[in-house]
Amino acid sequence: MKPPKFDYHAPKTLDEAVAALGRYGGDAKVLAGGQSLMPLLNFRLARPAALIDLNRITSLAYIREQDGQVRFGAMTRQRTIEFSPVVAQRLPLLKEATRWVGHLPIRTRGTIGGSIAHADPSAEYPAVLAALEGEVVARGAKGDRVIRANDLFQTYLTTNLASDEILTEVRLPAMPAGAGYALEEFARRHGDFAIVGIAAVVVREGQRCTLARLATAGAGPVPVRLRAAEQILEAQGLGEAAIEAAARKATELVEPDADIHASADYRRHLTGVLTKRALVRAIGVARG
Amino acid sequence: MADIVTVRMTVNGVVHEGRCEPRKLLVDFIREDLGLTGTHVGCEHGICGACTIMFNGEAARSCIMLAVQADGAELVTVEGLMRDGKLHPLQEAFRDHHGLQCGFCTPGMLMTALDLLRTNPSPSEREIREGISAVLCRCTGYQGIVNAVRAAAPILASER
Repeated sequence: MKPPKFDYHAPKTLDEAVAALGRYGGDAKVLAGGQSLMPLLNFRLARPAALIDLNRITSLAYIREQDGQVRFGAMTRQRTIEFSPVVAQRLPLLKEATRWVGHLPIRTRGTIGGSIAHADPSAEYPAVLAALEGEVVARGAKGDRVIRANDLFQTYLTTNLASDEILTEVRLPAMPAGAGYALEEFARRHGDFAIVGIAAVVVREGQRCTLARLATAGAGPVPVRLRAAEQILEAQGLGEAAIEAAARKATELVEPDADIHASADYRRHLTGVLTKRALVRAIGVARG
Repeated sequence: MADIVTVRMTVNGVVHEGRCEPRKLLVDFIREDLGLTGTHVGCEHGICGACTIMFNGEAARSCIMLAVQADGAELVTVEGLMRDGKLHPLQEAFRDHHGLQCGFCTPGMLMTALDLLRTNPSPSEREIREGISAVLCRCTGYQGIVNAVRAAAPILASER
């Protein structure tokens, strides 16, 4: 099908975009890479009065290191992230996750800000944001606001961004040097959204685990941090028994829903299987 | 109100100008307004990949972009691949290796494979399969396409 009629604005500055968004009082949609929004428009599942297209705002595309974080302009394309040396060095988990985001011609357009603001719980970037305890910056009429991953995701496709706010920046803490990481995912075809995915980070000192991070994609209405499973590893180390216990705990921590792709039980099962796989691989590449 | 907008873009080296509603999809503009029907419309929601074109040098799906977003952009469509009346080496490889049957997906396959080989000049079979997983083919079973991309890789690499 074809999109319904809408007003179209393609401002060159963020201030103009925020002002334009405010004028529509919640009836406008922000267009980033468009790889999710455009299909919704084509199906007429979304019928906004206006589109505020951010693609002409060149100042929203950057990757820079600051205060121990890597900061991404919201319009930084996934393809740019895939090939970024800074990301490869500081955020290898994000680089690995990017390979799972859609397909090559999706990633040339798709953006980090768009993926996170869209808040599809099966998507990879929200899981990485949750696993790494990242935050985002939102700009509204009243100025900037920093939102932590935990507070951002409310439920399926829903964030706590206000209707007049635009997500402008994504901040991810640089991973400790030598940290192990893995993103394991199961989907019916490569490039599909995850039925379940697990992002894992471990920092090891021998068999001891000084830091563990686990987060899900596809195992509930929002990405789920598996803190109680992380604590098992931090308390018991990185042996087989601890990995098994953490994977078992992970299945208890998620409350997946059933849909056309998979039952809730299957998703819960996958959560355990993929947690184990992700941990084994993460531990394998961890130095220390 | 949805005003008519003027858009100007370079397609296969030729500057085109047209007028359309902002909601006009880029693929429809290419096919209907510019008459370049080599780019195909399949699913219209960014799944099948048949509409893939080169947008400012990168593969992108023209059914989930607006024509107005291409204002000022440089596009290459399948019509732009031939050089001096000869098939592009990637097109030759598709012919030699039976990389197409009905041909519906072929424009999208070619543009996707071009970007894959641009960014990864000697991909492994797994990487080729991952790359072309962006485009659905219901005829070939993909093996001929994989063979074609593999065969074209060293030829394109030697031309760089």
